[in-house]
Amino acid sequence: MKRVCTVLLVAAGIALGQTGKIEIVPIRGHMYLLAGAGANITLSVGPDGVFMVDAGLPEMSDKVIAAVEQLSRDVAKQGQPVNSYPPPKPIRYLANTTISPEHTGGNVKIAEAGKTFTGGNVAIDLASGFANDDAAILATEKASLRMVEAKMPGNGQPTETYEKGIMKLSHFFNGEGIELLHMPNATTDGDSIVWFRGSDVIAAGDIFDMSSYPFIDVAKGGSIQGVLAALNKMDEMSEAEFRTEGGTLVIPGHGRICDLADLAYYRDMVTIIRDRVEWMMKKDMTLAQIQAARPTEDWDARYGRNPKWTPQQFVEAIYKGLSGGKK
Amino acid sequence: MRFSLPLLFALTILRIPAFAQMDFTGEWARVQDEDDTGDPRVGEFIGIPMSRQGLLRAEEWNASLYTLPEWQCRPHGAMYISRGPSQVRIWKEIDPVTRQLTAYHAEWLRSIDNPYYMDGRAQPSEYAAHTWGGFSTAEFVGEMLKITTTHLKEDYYRRNGVPSSDEATLTQYWIRRGDYLTWVTIAYDPIYLTEPMIRSSEYKLALNQQIPPYPCTVVEEVDRPDGVVPSYMPGQNPYLPEFGQKYQLPMEATLGGAATMYPELARKIEREKNAKKKVGGK
Repeated sequence: MKRVCTVLLVAAGIALGQTGKIEIVPIRGHMYLLAGAGANITLSVGPDGVFMVDAGLPEMSDKVIAAVEQLSRDVAKQGQPVNSYPPPKPIRYLANTTISPEHTGGNVKIAEAGKTFTGGNVAIDLASGFANDDAAILATEKASLRMVEAKMPGNGQPTETYEKGIMKLSHFFNGEGIELLHMPNATTDGDSIVWFRGSDVIAAGDIFDMSSYPFIDVAKGGSIQGVLAALNKMDEMSEAEFRTEGGTLVIPGHGRICDLADLAYYRDMVTIIRDRVEWMMKKDMTLAQIQAARPTEDWDARYGRNPKWTPQQFVEAIYKGLSGGKK
Repeated sequence: MRFSLPLLFALTILRIPAFAQMDFTGEWARVQDEDDTGDPRVGEFIGIPMSRQGLLRAEEWNASLYTLPEWQCRPHGAMYISRGPSQVRIWKEIDPVTRQLTAYHAEWLRSIDNPYYMDGRAQPSEYAAHTWGGFSTAEFVGEMLKITTTHLKEDYYRRNGVPSSDEATLTQYWIRRGDYLTWVTIAYDPIYLTEPMIRSSEYKLALNQQIPPYPCTVVEEVDRPDGVVPSYMPGQNPYLPEFGQKYQLPMEATLGGAATMYPELARKIEREKNAKKKVGGK
């Protein structure tokens, strides 16, 4: 257990994303990106409340909650008479794309700050103290188990999980369907992407990271094959508006808002690096020899600047994935 | 370096306010000059101050990459398009009330609309999306228009795989002399260039010109398994030497780098050729 906690703490510093200054950037319509809290947070803000994808680091939770509340107030005023507007709606859902503290560290506070839809049988559970009405937390079952292993407090653990390929909300939220899609064995074995179908926005989590090579936690079921399958899946789901630009917008785990072209560049890079490592392995080169040959060098100045997830570590993860763990 | 000293001087000191602004609107046809690079060969990297990382990417670039569905309909981006062979249309936006010039736009045969804003709008967030044309603001510097562009997508400086990064920025100048337009681009790229790359292109006013639509449909161009991304393995591109062999240039010149922008390299090559001839003559 101690090892699990240590790995999670290390993962907290994986991304280069600056923290401290929260910035909210409009994506389109009622969709927003909240940056600067660790991992990117994708927000759907509207008449049904707030759907959040990822929670940011725990030390940023108060700032995140304040920023989301302010945004909700601003959105609630839109189109209303100048002297009368409804109160903002609470955070209803929080989806975790993966398990690292940059994505889940704020689960407890953010869920507590929110309020799920209740009634029926849940009202009985609430009255008995068996349940609370915090915002619902959505994730894969495997991600949930990883959080339990890492001793995530109970009210920060997922309340609704799924094991198979997809979880759909039971109803439209802010005017659209929202789906969590499981991306098996990508950065871990419990990754999800979140697809806002009407807005045509995909929250990709750390499978797609504009600040770094994709983090692959081999010990937790991550693999280069899974990362590439997930990148190709998102590529297949994406549609360009015109000339390979615009259209589907993809929110990476860290960094700026992206589209199909950005995703395809990243997919191409990861594929080419995988191919090079595989080619070198077929020449019977050892891991050390492959690392010394620097198959990532072309991109290191752009994606290899993260001291917590170096090109060498990325190559090692690819090597392990391709060799089935052989040293 | 294809940039005269007097012009550089003009760029730096002519920052006087314009009371009679130059008009750049119209249809402009590309003047094919001697250093036109609209159709470069594989391995023709001469004149580009590429970093080692840029060279590695260019060396392992495979043209078949553009048969992938994602890239079949890509336009030429801002880093390349003004150097390409196609014609350009320039028009302006005028505020209907104040009649102030609020933006210029430029669009080539195979590009997206490139707006150059002059209405004082703020720079987008660092988290905002990047585009092929980027985010551009423009201002008059004397009679020249100076355009500053950020938020560019990854792209290419030359259409044979010489990459530009999404951290690169671009400064452009429009200089009009009668029916001629000189389009100067200065690229700054912390990833794939070792120093700013300055290039200029010429256009001529073409009053009867039209820019036709450029429809594009993604098709299966190559029957290949899913997930394949064409690329040469390190050191395995067999076509790299062809350009140098055709023009009898050493790889030192064809593979680019800052030194290949300057005339000293040409003199060095000439000296080495002459020395070889002498040795051969003996």
